[in-house]
Amino acid sequence: MSLSIGGVGGMGGGPRGMLDSFGRHGEEEGRVFDREIVLRLLAFLKPHWHKMLFALLTTVISTGLGLATPYLVKVAIDQHITQGNIAGLNRVALLTAAAFGGLFLSSAVQQYTLSRTGQQVLATMRSQLFSHLQALHLGYHDTHIIGVTISRVFSDVDVINELLSQGFITLAGDVLLLIGIVVVMVSMSPRLALLTFAIMPLMALATTVYARHAKAAFRETRATNADVVGELAEDIAGMRVIQAFAREDTSQERFNESNRANRDANVRAMSLSFIFMPVMDLLGTLATAIVLWFGGQTVARGELTIGVIVAFLTYVTRFFQPIRELSQLYTTMQAAMAGGERVLELLDTPLVVADKPDAIEMPEIQGKVELCDVDFAYRVDGPVLHHINLTIEPGQTVALVGPTGAGKTSISNLIARFYDVTDGAVLIDGIDVRDVAQRSLRRQMGIVPQDPFLFSGTIADNIRFGRPDAPDSAVEDAARMANAHDFISRLPDGYATAIQEGGVNLSLGQRQLICIARAVLANPRILIMDEATSSVDTVTEGLIQDALDRLLAGRTAIVIAHRLSTIRHADLICVLDEGRIVERGTHEELLAAGGLYRSLYERQFMDF
Amino acid sequence: MSQSANPKSSDLKIFLRCFSYLRPSWKLMVGAYMAMLIISALGVANPQLLRWGIDRGIKGGDKTFLAWAVVGLLGLTLLNGVLSFFQGRWTERASQQVAYDLRKDIHRKLSMLSFAYHDQAETGQLLSRAIQDVDRVRFLTGRATLNLLSGVMTFVATAVMMLMMNPRLTLLAMLTTPLLFYQTFTFARRIRPMWQALQQQMAVLTTRLEQNLRGMRIVKGFAQEPAEIARFEAENAVWFQIAAHAARLQSINGPLMGLITNIGSIFILWYGGRLVMQSELTMGELVAFTAYMSQLAGPVRMLGRVIPSIIQAIACGERIFDILDAESEVKETPNAIALPAVQGHVRFEDVSFAYFGRHRVLEHVTLDVPPGRIVALLGATGSGKSTIINLIPRFYDVTQGRITVDGYDIRDVTLASLRSQIGIVLQETTLFADTIRANIAFGRPDATDDEVIAAAQAAQAHDFILEMPDGYDTKVGERGAMLSGGQKQRIAIARALLKDPRILILDDAMSSVDTETEHLIQLALERLMHGRTSFVIAQRLSTVRLADQILVLEQGRIVAQGTHEELLRTSGLYGEIYQQQLRPQEVAAMKKRESESANQRTPNYELRMTHDEAPISSSSIAPSSIPQAEVVS
Repeated sequence: MSLSIGGVGGMGGGPRGMLDSFGRHGEEEGRVFDREIVLRLLAFLKPHWHKMLFALLTTVISTGLGLATPYLVKVAIDQHITQGNIAGLNRVALLTAAAFGGLFLSSAVQQYTLSRTGQQVLATMRSQLFSHLQALHLGYHDTHIIGVTISRVFSDVDVINELLSQGFITLAGDVLLLIGIVVVMVSMSPRLALLTFAIMPLMALATTVYARHAKAAFRETRATNADVVGELAEDIAGMRVIQAFAREDTSQERFNESNRANRDANVRAMSLSFIFMPVMDLLGTLATAIVLWFGGQTVARGELTIGVIVAFLTYVTRFFQPIRELSQLYTTMQAAMAGGERVLELLDTPLVVADKPDAIEMPEIQGKVELCDVDFAYRVDGPVLHHINLTIEPGQTVALVGPTGAGKTSISNLIARFYDVTDGAVLIDGIDVRDVAQRSLRRQMGIVPQDPFLFSGTIADNIRFGRPDAPDSAVEDAARMANAHDFISRLPDGYATAIQEGGVNLSLGQRQLICIARAVLANPRILIMDEATSSVDTVTEGLIQDALDRLLAGRTAIVIAHRLSTIRHADLICVLDEGRIVERGTHEELLAAGGLYRSLYERQFMDF
Repeated sequence: MSQSANPKSSDLKIFLRCFSYLRPSWKLMVGAYMAMLIISALGVANPQLLRWGIDRGIKGGDKTFLAWAVVGLLGLTLLNGVLSFFQGRWTERASQQVAYDLRKDIHRKLSMLSFAYHDQAETGQLLSRAIQDVDRVRFLTGRATLNLLSGVMTFVATAVMMLMMNPRLTLLAMLTTPLLFYQTFTFARRIRPMWQALQQQMAVLTTRLEQNLRGMRIVKGFAQEPAEIARFEAENAVWFQIAAHAARLQSINGPLMGLITNIGSIFILWYGGRLVMQSELTMGELVAFTAYMSQLAGPVRMLGRVIPSIIQAIACGERIFDILDAESEVKETPNAIALPAVQGHVRFEDVSFAYFGRHRVLEHVTLDVPPGRIVALLGATGSGKSTIINLIPRFYDVTQGRITVDGYDIRDVTLASLRSQIGIVLQETTLFADTIRANIAFGRPDATDDEVIAAAQAAQAHDFILEMPDGYDTKVGERGAMLSGGQKQRIAIARALLKDPRILILDDAMSSVDTETEHLIQLALERLMHGRTSFVIAQRLSTVRLADQILVLEQGRIVAQGTHEELLRTSGLYGEIYQQQLRPQEVAAMKKRESESANQRTPNYELRMTHDEAPISSSSIAPSSIPQAEVVS
């Protein structure tokens, strides 16, 4: 429906954010390989291609060395130990030691190169996403849940990185290793090798069957886990109501139910893997048994040496490791495709409100604002504003009044160019806002939001938000102007007081005063104010009103008014209804006219 | 986090307490540990079979023996598999039960803890304890300890087998084992702070992003995108520094452990090979030795992984028991009786209250409210209004004095019986992710549909509910309909109405609603208060007018009380509030009335007329002007 100015608000973004970071990590299903996604993700590795090439090289080396050592053992047994050649044994032992040393070096270098590059890619992706989020227009942020966006920037990027940095190289390494093992085994004894490979189809079968069941089972554990988190988050958030209505037992029972479901799902899923692992072990032993049995008989016939059998036994154990890794890689791929799709979708979200290539810097604003025949729609379907014509002279205060959904917020959004008009134009000092760089425009504007939002950090940080370089004295002056200095200096840490999550350690009124101080310090030429609607006590209310009067003086101000009593001294009041300005004039004029304004006004005070 | 005086003994206590949660599943655990012992023993037998197979089967050319070795190998693996299935499943069942019980206890504890606890606790913190910390403790009581013991068992058994086969070779091969242990523990010690720092930095990054997204309107409005990007990149760079450092440690560790193990096997090959040449060792023994050597490395590596996670789990256990051991400030006395159905006579007798025993917010408040009266509370933030209303349902306990309802000290009755007779509507409306019907029936789950609808009608909520896609069955919240602040408030009023309480507590503040909605809510509230003992934090004149008794609070004291007229005469503070907030409303109301009744306008007259009218209005407000009020009472 209508896009509210407060953004998320309401049921509390906190628990919802948590929810997202804990469970409901999407159901990773679907494609394992999407060429387009993979190619675009690979582009992230491009700046690091030489490191990746280096990593690949070290992979080849370590794979080769890993393959060589069992062979060396075979040589030692067959040519030296059984022959009683001590010098040869010494030589081979030294050679093996050298191979192990090389293996250590190459795999350490490989792992370091890979993880470092991976983390670099990770950091870059996050930065890119963050920058892109800053560039996206407000419409995007108004319609997307914060928790979901956060999981894009962190969880999704993580799984992509896993594929990019580890996945591809693991794939290459494992395939190489498998081929190598097969080649070595076949060259040592084709018959024994083929007999051993007979186990492979069985392994593939076991893995597929397991994967199919496990996927469903683990999905179930994730879903039930999300339920537990969700239920608990809700109960904690609503604990006051639960206690007030004496509903502790019912909520406990409800929680126990999801808790129990989660426990059982976990036991079921884990039991599956407790079956799978022994089965794989058994198949592995079966391969060993084949080598022993058939190999042993061939040795007895003198066709093969003991060394070959020993080497075979080692190769057989090594054979299963890449197979296991490859089946894990399958899951990684699947998750990365899903994550990649989501991340790319975010990166591809077009900038609806973008600076023109030849955008000029907005000159110093005098403060004249004109809306010329403005039409506006958030989406193609529903127009929100129709033919708005409005001229605000420098220094004037204009109040926008009207029922919810009338278009008050939309007008203020257009003046700050949070959105672009569908038709018509918004001019500031005669310049179309679409012709100037957005930041040069907004640098000269200030905002006092309806919901007094404070960032975590100190009070001083928050006041300084619009002018990070402001000296302490300026911060204090702004706070004085905003009637905030007194309460701030009474806090134990004064201006250095840390704002807790959501500013809960300050009262609503105090938060409003800090927001006003923030706007004062930014010293904007044009001010957009969305009046707070939550009630504060009368004394604070007085302080706020006083501070606002000071803030508005001498600036062009657009006030979205909720409490009609506070706007009587506006120079102009525009009454909006269904996207049109239906009445305009001063308070007295409008009352006398006896139209919508009057009825709104009366209803607000219809106390008797 | 918190360092106790004697960390060792308290760690042990926490450890034991975690394990005490296994008591209900002790049979499963005994079974699992028995299976583990057999598995460890079987593990040692495998290389022996290999050895026999090679020595006597292959080299000795004894085909029957070879067959037996092969069959034995397969049989052992099969037995091993069956046992590990049961070991795994039983451990999992027992430890999942631990997680279940811990979460159940946490939930129960949280619903018993008074508001004082919830005021301080952060939702995110509590959640991460109940989810992640519990998971770690589950791991501790389950697989972690089992793996630890099985690792030790395997290590010892393997070492014994090797010693029995050839002591000299064993000692040579084991030369590297201390190195393995050393590397394992140094690595664990060095990597742990880095992981913690990494996690910490991730939290910083997440917070930065979350704050940025929440405040996007401000960020854009003040043109601070570049500064925000710079700040994020700075934190991101810090993360990368730590991550790269940790990566270096980790990249070396794995291959280094491999190298140490491999050095051991070179010793075996080199020295063992000589022994074979001197016929002091058989070829099969050599192979078996190599197999044992790789079996030795396994447990050591695992210890490296398991021990840090056990230490971590103990810290998690501590955080969990912090919650479970929290003392509720509001407790039922052992002989608490159920409060019988009350009339609603509320008395405060010399009540003082201090948060956390220090911060005094109420001083010597004495108050007598006969059944059915409406009490309006006025005063600045922090004057004690909310404290008074929070004390009545015993969300907090008085520090001094007592509160009675119909003569019962509220500390002598059960919480449920007290709270079930009190209805509460606060400014911040919490609804649950359930249907609208369930939300309205929250206080009385057994209410009939008719009753729910009647309550919604009285709360001016029926019409908008019917406009929802599924009417009363519309889901509220995340996946369902997003309700506006005003709609939520009216549902909360309906919820309180349905409960039909004798005592009512409410805040008439309205958040983010337009004038039309505000009017509807106002009507609903008046209807709700009618005929009940009501305590209202009053923000508007209409409510003040309705009140039989107005309390003006300042710094925790009642500085004035009486009706509107009395207070105008006697209380300076009330006069101030009246001038600043109430009177502007009154003048506006006045103008409206005056415009209705043609034109009579002299300022003096205006003022007098309101005064004259006031008492009439407040007494005549109820049944005649609001016919539907009957629905409620």
